[in-house]
Amino acid sequence: MTDSNDEARTSRRRFLAGAAGLAAAGATGSALANDKNLPPNVADWSKHLGEGVAVRPYGHPSKFEKDVIRRDVQWLTASRESSVSFTPLHELDGIITPNGLCFERHHAGIAEIDPNDYRLIIHGLVDKPLIFTLDDLKRLPRVNRIYFLECAANTGMEWRGAQLNGCQYTHGMIHTVQYTGVPLKLLLEQAGVKPAGKWLLVEGGDASGLNRSLPLAKALDDCMIAYRQNGEMLRPEQGYPVRLVVPGWQGNIWVKWLRRIEVGDQPWYSREETSKYTDLMENGKARKFTFVMDAKSVITSPSPQMPVKHKGFQVISGLAWSGRGKVTRVDVSLDGGRNWRAARLDGPVLDKCCVRFYAEAEWNGEPWLLQSRAMDETGYVQPSKDDLRKIRGVNSIYHNNGIQTWALKASGEVENVEVG
Amino acid sequence: MSRSVSLFVMVLMLASPALAQDKKSPPRQYGIGQVATPEQIAGWDIDVRPDGLGLPPGKGSVKDGEKLYVERCAACHGEFGESAGRWPQLAQGKGTLASHDPVKTVGSYFPYVSSVFDYVRRAMPFGDAQSLKDNELYAVTAYVLNLNDIVDDKFVLSKETWSQVKMPNRDGFYDDDRETSEKAFWNSKPCMKDCRPPVKITGHAAVIDVTPEDKTPRKGGVD
Repeated sequence: MTDSNDEARTSRRRFLAGAAGLAAAGATGSALANDKNLPPNVADWSKHLGEGVAVRPYGHPSKFEKDVIRRDVQWLTASRESSVSFTPLHELDGIITPNGLCFERHHAGIAEIDPNDYRLIIHGLVDKPLIFTLDDLKRLPRVNRIYFLECAANTGMEWRGAQLNGCQYTHGMIHTVQYTGVPLKLLLEQAGVKPAGKWLLVEGGDASGLNRSLPLAKALDDCMIAYRQNGEMLRPEQGYPVRLVVPGWQGNIWVKWLRRIEVGDQPWYSREETSKYTDLMENGKARKFTFVMDAKSVITSPSPQMPVKHKGFQVISGLAWSGRGKVTRVDVSLDGGRNWRAARLDGPVLDKCCVRFYAEAEWNGEPWLLQSRAMDETGYVQPSKDDLRKIRGVNSIYHNNGIQTWALKASGEVENVEVG
Repeated sequence: MSRSVSLFVMVLMLASPALAQDKKSPPRQYGIGQVATPEQIAGWDIDVRPDGLGLPPGKGSVKDGEKLYVERCAACHGEFGESAGRWPQLAQGKGTLASHDPVKTVGSYFPYVSSVFDYVRRAMPFGDAQSLKDNELYAVTAYVLNLNDIVDDKFVLSKETWSQVKMPNRDGFYDDDRETSEKAFWNSKPCMKDCRPPVKITGHAAVIDVTPEDKTPRKGGVD
């Protein structure tokens, strides 16, 4: 961790230097702008032809947005093939995550699968074991659904206190896209599940062969075999050509590069549901099969990577979600949870999906301790970190849905803090 | 019911399949997808359950496993399972699960031998998955168990000896109980005003200072 610490310190120095410099420049009003493009002068782009059509056959963001990217935390893991990169939540608005910014979690790198060679086998306690090609799956009736996908370890580095300075790192193991695919129920009906069938083994085709046990009831309820995200085929990082969609449940069970579904009468207790993805409590015992993601929210702006630039009117923006259903309400606090006001939910409010919330306020340089608190249709209220720790201790790694606090300072800088 | 009415109902049922269909009608078969052959399934069906279902034929000794482990595993996991660098530690950690620094290993945490065997079979060695032969899988699993003092030096792991292995933490897990143990989090009227005494900052991420550099110039600063 020593190297990373040095790197982080360098980063912080640059941040502070940059913030101070911009504060001074701010007084002149246009330090970042080039005067020759500003009125009354005519801007460069108003005089010359730009690139023609199809020069960018697959479009990409403006070159001025090159910092809006996934990032990783190198000290977290031993290798990039078994690691995670984080969605830049602070740079996004609305609820849909652009495909190229969806966080990644791989266990043996990205499998590059030729769609002609893709096969899905369904077997075990079924009347008729089946094998499907990708074309087969695309011929079946399909549905479109928007869901959030959150890694169970999202915010896992924060159990013992404020650690990573940015919502990309504290909360960025989540994304929301629209999936197109076949209801898993329909596929299972083609094979015919025998009465003894109660659990499914779902298995990936990557070099980790990631396998999890999925209760049949959930499979028949709302799971999907998805091959598209936001209209286009899945990205390789997201399991191209086929992944499992398990709405509201921890990301690890949304198996990517899905190659096999076996029906059985009991769970398998694979490494991923015993050694990992079990929640160790203070007494040394661990919860298992903690599939559902509890209601949670985070303010994405202002946040450490999105400091405040101006006094006066502020739009506080954030995301909220619940694995148990719809988000019904989000409250925002400016004083660390003493007093709350209801935020405005804007845009679609969908089942097991992220919602966007806004709260508007005047800021005149006083310190704020910004928090958000999500509630869902089951009546669950996102707990404070302290209330969560009272029950779970600090060793659980997974399922940290405690209320996040950002401290806004007079300088406009925002920091991840713990409050008590 | 008169005979004629009953006959009428029967005729109606026979004549209109839509009415005759109820919830018990079989789901639509689309005729898409092929029947998977036993050979196709066998090549991919590599999972193993705690009760041994799915185990391949074969056996492997602690002694044979040691040689393999040193060649194929020790570079990442350490000669004694202590881990080299940040790769997973496989041994030791006994009695640490309730401490401030829990060490989760095969010996201290894994509930079943199958959780090890199945994982090694599908994912190890890292970067050369599914390269170990069945006897090698048994041997290397036996050796990792031996590193954790779960089996003795002479142990040979096979289908026959599978159930003799007792994992120390097999009773260390319980089903998700959040809906009862965390019932207090369901609250239809959360507090809105004066919910707590004035708040103090008790910890700073900037002081811990482990956030990676991201090279983005921060547009901070108040005008």
